[in-house]
Amino acid sequence: MIEINNIQKSFDGKTVLHNISGYFDKGKTNLIIGSSGTGKSVLLKCIVGLVQPDEGSVFYDNRDFTHGKRQVRREIRREIGMLFQGAALFDSKNVEENVMFPLDMLTKMHKEEKLDRVNSILKRVGLENSNNKMPSELSGGMKKRVGIARALVANSQYLFCDEPNSGLDPITAIVIDNLIHEITHELDITTIVVTHDMNSVMEIGERVMFMYKGKKLWEGSNENILDNEIPELQDFMYANKLMEAVKKRNG
Amino acid sequence: MKAIGKYFIFLGLLLVKRERFMVYVRLILDECIKIGVGSLVIVSIVSTFIGAVTCIQTAYNLVSPLIPNYIIALIVRDMTLLELAPTITAIVFAGKVGSNIASELGTMKISEQVDALEVMGINSISFLALPKIMASLITYPMLVILAAFLSHMGGYLAGTLTEAITPTEYIYGIRAEFQAYSVFFALQKSFVFAFLVSSISSFEGYYTSGGALEVGKSSTSAVTKSCISILIADYLLAELLL
Repeated sequence: MIEINNIQKSFDGKTVLHNISGYFDKGKTNLIIGSSGTGKSVLLKCIVGLVQPDEGSVFYDNRDFTHGKRQVRREIRREIGMLFQGAALFDSKNVEENVMFPLDMLTKMHKEEKLDRVNSILKRVGLENSNNKMPSELSGGMKKRVGIARALVANSQYLFCDEPNSGLDPITAIVIDNLIHEITHELDITTIVVTHDMNSVMEIGERVMFMYKGKKLWEGSNENILDNEIPELQDFMYANKLMEAVKKRNG
Repeated sequence: MKAIGKYFIFLGLLLVKRERFMVYVRLILDECIKIGVGSLVIVSIVSTFIGAVTCIQTAYNLVSPLIPNYIIALIVRDMTLLELAPTITAIVFAGKVGSNIASELGTMKISEQVDALEVMGINSISFLALPKIMASLITYPMLVILAAFLSHMGGYLAGTLTEAITPTEYIYGIRAEFQAYSVFFALQKSFVFAFLVSSISSFEGYYTSGGALEVGKSSTSAVTKSCISILIADYLLAELLL
């Protein structure tokens, strides 16, 4: 489980995160949703340590990541895997080398053992026989799959996904969402997904945190999100015409 | 001043929290091939023509019958060893390698590849920039030695083909009053220039933010700042070491 306490962050005097607290369950797909510019990605970067919060702390299974000892932070880092918005694959490395990279850097495994692990995770994300392809030869969806494989290959306990659906067609977006969801349950890991896609919320949002102008306005699950009475969240949800149609159909 | 301070912090971060030694060995070898071997053609062409032009222009200006012809070769030797081989090659090096380093790191930065390294707990500055700097320090002095040799050859070819100087006179002039310290001085300069070009370009690339336009700006800025720092360092080294 990941717990965040009173996270606050400002850039050039402008506060982008206002005292955000909450928790993200293990074995569930936790979503942080909100419109563009509400601070979702900044919050995610604070959680993974790419941005240092001005105030507050982040706990990974009761281990203080923000103010803990260097050794503790290092241990936690090795348990983190992240899928970036554009997948962030290393351009100069092929698929196999990209996925093997965390194993090369973080473990002392033998080459054969690493190769077995890479092939197994590539198979799991549906990319067997793509080992020698370069990132420039991959489609958006394939890049995301390789990004997921790279994030999980070193037995990560925490998976972070920053807008995994961006730039993907609706069908591929659903496939990627389901892949993240299935892997979270299979490996019993803590997954946090930042998104503004309501389809993702309804599809995989077991626990959802809604942010608006740097503040947390609501949290719950996709089962009770339709019943909320927060105007900002309703505006966000029903901006999507599909969701509006669903609401009408459900009376 | 803020940028200079940031540059020194960047240099400090190169040496902290490094990865395993063998990781760097492999990366440095890769970079040596990219930086050193990749610069061979342009350095060879530039240095050969510089030697040739220096020889012809010196011959054109030395019209007095009191000055022996071998002086032309002597001037070509000293000019290329002391100045042209290390400095002009450094400018070429900044244009080719410096811009390449800045654009590579800049692209990695804006496409979140640097963040991907940081998330894994890897010191991205050390992992990305240190091998480039080390490879530059290894290969650039070799390029300067090659440039000096080819400049002499260029001068020989131009001088003898235009009959400005005979082969015997040229070889005599190259060897006359030779001071080994000139070679040592050229190598000292080459180490300093290699460090400046690679570290400034890495710094400019690493701190790129924005999009493709900013990558282009970082690349231009890397070349400009590298060239200016080369010229300042060139003057300071001449003052201090000659």
